[in-house]
Amino acid sequence: MLHIVNKSPTQARSLESCLRVALPGQAVLLIEDGVYGATTGSSSEAQVRAAAGKVKFYALKPDLEARGMATRALDGVTLVDYGGFVDLVAEHGPSNSWL
Amino acid sequence: MKKFMFVNRKAPYGTIYALESLEVVLITATFDQDVSLVFMDDGVYELAKGQQTKDIGIKNFSPSYRALEGYDVEKLYVDADSLTARGLSEKDLLVPVEVLDSAQMAELMAQQDVVLSF
Repeated sequence: MLHIVNKSPTQARSLESCLRVALPGQAVLLIEDGVYGATTGSSSEAQVRAAAGKVKFYALKPDLEARGMATRALDGVTLVDYGGFVDLVAEHGPSNSWL
Repeated sequence: MKKFMFVNRKAPYGTIYALESLEVVLITATFDQDVSLVFMDDGVYELAKGQQTKDIGIKNFSPSYRALEGYDVEKLYVDADSLTARGLSEKDLLVPVEVLDSAQMAELMAQQDVVLSF
């Protein structure tokens, strides 16, 4: 399963809820305002770091760049472009969008 | 002249709120009103330096905050706790602002004639 989170961790609890139910080996892709969750100093940094051993984190690079956050991406979060987004969807079975 | 405050609490690009707020701010300034802008919660992300929107197909409107001065909109206030909670500081922002603590922010809001939230 591919979890997709598009809300900022300080605006909504989507990422928190997602990580509570995500199973080991699943993937979490952060897009749109969700990418703030993958930046240093964000309220969810510790949570993301803690979960990084369990799930694999990805963030959409164009969305990080748009928000001036590209240089603040956390280590251990893989940045993908739109083609990479498509590959993730194709590889991980059902997508779960946390709207 | 009335005192107008615009409270910006959303990140840019994910929703249209930040851009719409900016448009209304410019209109209000055109009518020679006393305009203050507040950035709190995710609204502080609107002022982050280094925004590059080429690959998401949305206009980067962040330079417009630098142009506000030309419309005599010079009162930009940022909530200290919101910056800290996001690992940001004043030097990460693209315009000069005044950083306020909660008590100062509360007082400033209480002085307004009109408060519009985005």
